[in-house]
Amino acid sequence: MLRVEAQTRLGALRLDVALEVSPGECLALAGPSGAGKTSILRVAAGLLAPERGRVLAGDETWLDTAARIDVPPERRRCGYVFQEYALFPHLTAWQNVAYPLRGVPRRERRERALGLLERFGMRELADARPRTLSGGERQRVALARVLARDPGVLLLDEPLSALDPRTRAGAARELAAVLREVEAPALFVTHDFAEAAHLGDRVGVIDAGRVIQEGTPSELAAMPRSAFVADFTGAVVLTGVAHGGPNGLTRVDLDGGGHVTSTDRGEGPVAVSIYPWEITVEPAAAPPAPGSTRNHVSAEVLSVTRVGNRVRLGLAGPQPLAAEITGLAADELGLRAGARVTASWKASATRLVAI
Amino acid sequence: MRAFPLLLALALAVVLTFLTVPIVAIFVDSSPAELIDSLGEPGALDALWLSLRATATALAVILIVGTPAAYLLATRSFRGKSLVVTLVELPLVLPPAVAGIALLAAVGPSGILGGAVEGAGIELSLETAGVVVALTFVASPFYIRQAMASFAAVDRTLLDASRTLGASEARGFVRVMIPAALPGLAAGTALALGRALGEFGATLMFAGSFQGITQTVPLAIYDRLGTDFDSALALSAVLVAVSGAILLSVKFVQGSEALGGAPG
Repeated sequence: MLRVEAQTRLGALRLDVALEVSPGECLALAGPSGAGKTSILRVAAGLLAPERGRVLAGDETWLDTAARIDVPPERRRCGYVFQEYALFPHLTAWQNVAYPLRGVPRRERRERALGLLERFGMRELADARPRTLSGGERQRVALARVLARDPGVLLLDEPLSALDPRTRAGAARELAAVLREVEAPALFVTHDFAEAAHLGDRVGVIDAGRVIQEGTPSELAAMPRSAFVADFTGAVVLTGVAHGGPNGLTRVDLDGGGHVTSTDRGEGPVAVSIYPWEITVEPAAAPPAPGSTRNHVSAEVLSVTRVGNRVRLGLAGPQPLAAEITGLAADELGLRAGARVTASWKASATRLVAI
Repeated sequence: MRAFPLLLALALAVVLTFLTVPIVAIFVDSSPAELIDSLGEPGALDALWLSLRATATALAVILIVGTPAAYLLATRSFRGKSLVVTLVELPLVLPPAVAGIALLAAVGPSGILGGAVEGAGIELSLETAGVVVALTFVASPFYIRQAMASFAAVDRTLLDASRTLGASEARGFVRVMIPAALPGLAAGTALALGRALGEFGATLMFAGSFQGITQTVPLAIYDRLGTDFDSALALSAVLVAVSGAILLSVKFVQGSEALGGAPG
């Protein structure tokens, strides 16, 4: 269990948060840059001292300003993956990984570092310097180095943002595998809600130093408590398996049943993303109008949340969906929880990303 | 319009001639055989040997004390820091003769700390130790300034990473900060070395000019000016060669820094 409470002033920002992460769980902190996400990680790691706060990890107290406890960073067992990975440029990949292995005999250090690199398919590059490695390779070295520390807590600061879009999907997959495997509680910081939804068991949306809403990704998308969360949660993400279809279109069989069509190319496991405002809703009783819209999914309305002049509908289909319509349309259709509807959207509004 | 590039080239030609002719003259004025001959004279060898020892000792002191001090100035902020930095840099612009007088006033036989130094059984004035003090005083700001800049240029998250990986700050300083700042530290060392090797005024005022004890190469050159011009030329040639080697090594280190300094 990791518990972080912090209240402190950071320039113009007032940070005031209280978070708890269970063992084996990953809490993703998502928010715009400057919201204070990284500062929370720095408080947890002991790199930033808040005016008031507590950090509890398992049965250890790392920080308690009221009791004047402040364990230095080197004695907190944190696995901190920095945004640009912070690999030591003068050391080779294996020497970077061996850095936390103190008091281990020389030969064993190398063996253990090589073993960890092997796990990430990096053994051949053990003698390479960081500057000769690609972004994805650097991330793997950084993860191996953090695991060498045998961390009690994992802290990940935008580990995917330094990567180009092509390598990001693969790196996210590797990261997800590490997060599944490690039993330590993990805090993951990102400015990208889709990334948070993919890697976090729960997502906390942070704005201006506060956690403004916390929940599973689909809860946040379906029932945003503020316009900020509604905008930030952006696209709905579904998963499925893509096959090339007729006319150059791609057919995706959704996990849990049903299928959708996309104009994007894709093959194999994909994440399908649609913006809630691209989705139209009709009562299920009405037959689908013969129109240009290719995708129709029948669903039950779970929640109706007013966000300004809009209404966010949480929908239970084969996978959770969220649609955004005007308040006027919601009233005319008489939509309330429990209503059966058909959600429709165009193939050209359906984005595919390989996972 | 065509006149301007010509003017630029002319200016460069004047600069180049003015700066290189005197140096070339050292080697042309007397034959190489004569130069080597006059180096064999005992006084010249003494001066070379003394310069070598005193400079090496001063550099060791500068590196051992100056490196952690520069690291502190580069990584901490505190009230009055800019004043401290200015005080550290002051000897850079101080006339060497003033540096000599200042050292005499501080730790000379009748200086404000002279009694304490004598009480500790240390002889400075007219002793080799005095030469080391003078060299350290004038050369250390060259190193500390450069070291501060190199430490400040190292990405601070490297130190953060080192700490979260279980290393104390002291260990991070030795294992991460010094290696990462090494090209800059080497350049600073070369600058201090060059300054210490050429030191004249402060050494003369503070330690005197006694052959084999306080007479470094620059003092020996001055000493021979009226009596043995060839010998003065020979010693000068040695200093030119050493200075050239220092300059080249700085360029080399900075060149490899430009190649290898890309962020990790």
